[in-house]
Amino acid sequence: MIRPHRKHSLWLAYILHRISGFGLAVFLPFHFYLLSLVLTEPDRLDGFLSWTDTPIVKFAEFGLVFLLAVHFFGGLRLMALEFLPWSISQKTLVALAIASAFLIATIFFLQVI
Amino acid sequence: MSTKQENIDVSVWRGDPHSGNYENFKVPAHESQTILDVVSWIQQNQDATLSYRYACRVGMCGSCAMMVNGIPRWTCRTHVKKVLKGKKLEVAPLRNLPVIKDLVTDMDTFFDKWISAEGLHHPSKTRLDPIEEIEPKSLGRVEINAGIECINCSICYAACDTVTNNSDYLGPAALQRAWTVYNDVKDADKQTVLNAVSGDGGCLNCHSQGSCSVHCPNDLNPMNAIAGLKRATATSFFNRKG
Repeated sequence: MIRPHRKHSLWLAYILHRISGFGLAVFLPFHFYLLSLVLTEPDRLDGFLSWTDTPIVKFAEFGLVFLLAVHFFGGLRLMALEFLPWSISQKTLVALAIASAFLIATIFFLQVI
Repeated sequence: MSTKQENIDVSVWRGDPHSGNYENFKVPAHESQTILDVVSWIQQNQDATLSYRYACRVGMCGSCAMMVNGIPRWTCRTHVKKVLKGKKLEVAPLRNLPVIKDLVTDMDTFFDKWISAEGLHHPSKTRLDPIEEIEPKSLGRVEINAGIECINCSICYAACDTVTNNSDYLGPAALQRAWTVYNDVKDADKQTVLNAVSGDGGCLNCHSQGSCSVHCPNDLNPMNAIAGLKRATATSFFNRKG
């Protein structure tokens, strides 16, 4: 339950940026571990890669790209907010950042299914 | 007139610095009624020991801010109809400030932080010098205009989660004040201001959550002022010699 004083688009953008950053931080060690299998255990890697063709993994990839997109655009939003002396258009930027994230993630999703 | 009198269920926080809980009151509803009207009615008709703070009643003095249904608001300019949930209201003292009694908070920390942020005038001239002309459309003056309407109500301070999590953080109002001083061509000591706002409790703590700007009753934008201080701090860092 979001507390009443936090129910606005700027706070939502903030928390999405944090959660997506945390999600990516959790994902990256696994990602690097799997990449290392190219050198250490190529057969195991091939086995894993064939498993990634299953629909559930494809759906998880959608989530991953979504996290990346949210974090990327959220970061751009934050830098624009703090390093460009804008004033009133901040909310528009928030909406644009989130919409772009959804757009990219959805396009990716449509391509993989 | 035979219309039935409707009531509002008002839950008011009662207590002292050590403990407290919500007490329920039934308050007659009226066509045009502010939250401050509701609190005053309770104090005048149901419990004379209820403590709360107000002065001007027209949104100028910044005394009457309270948490209304979980959101910090100026109660004298908040109409009940706008914030009523069902027929219920919950009124509590401002967040992030110690409670003195009931709805009255101790605002010392809030004002002390204005001083810590160097939100003070550092004179550059004596009374014998001619008054400096300020071009109203100059960039600095335009930035100042956006910040000087602050009425010190502490609503931004109560809305800020960074203040909740870091008691040293100067908070939106103090930093916004420092930003107006920093942009004042009549101010002689901008480096002191910059040093004060770029330290441990300074502007770099801000996570740009934006609750200060969203809830400011005067539609000011402290987050924008803090972003200005962040830019000034960064510029100062990269321009440092040696």
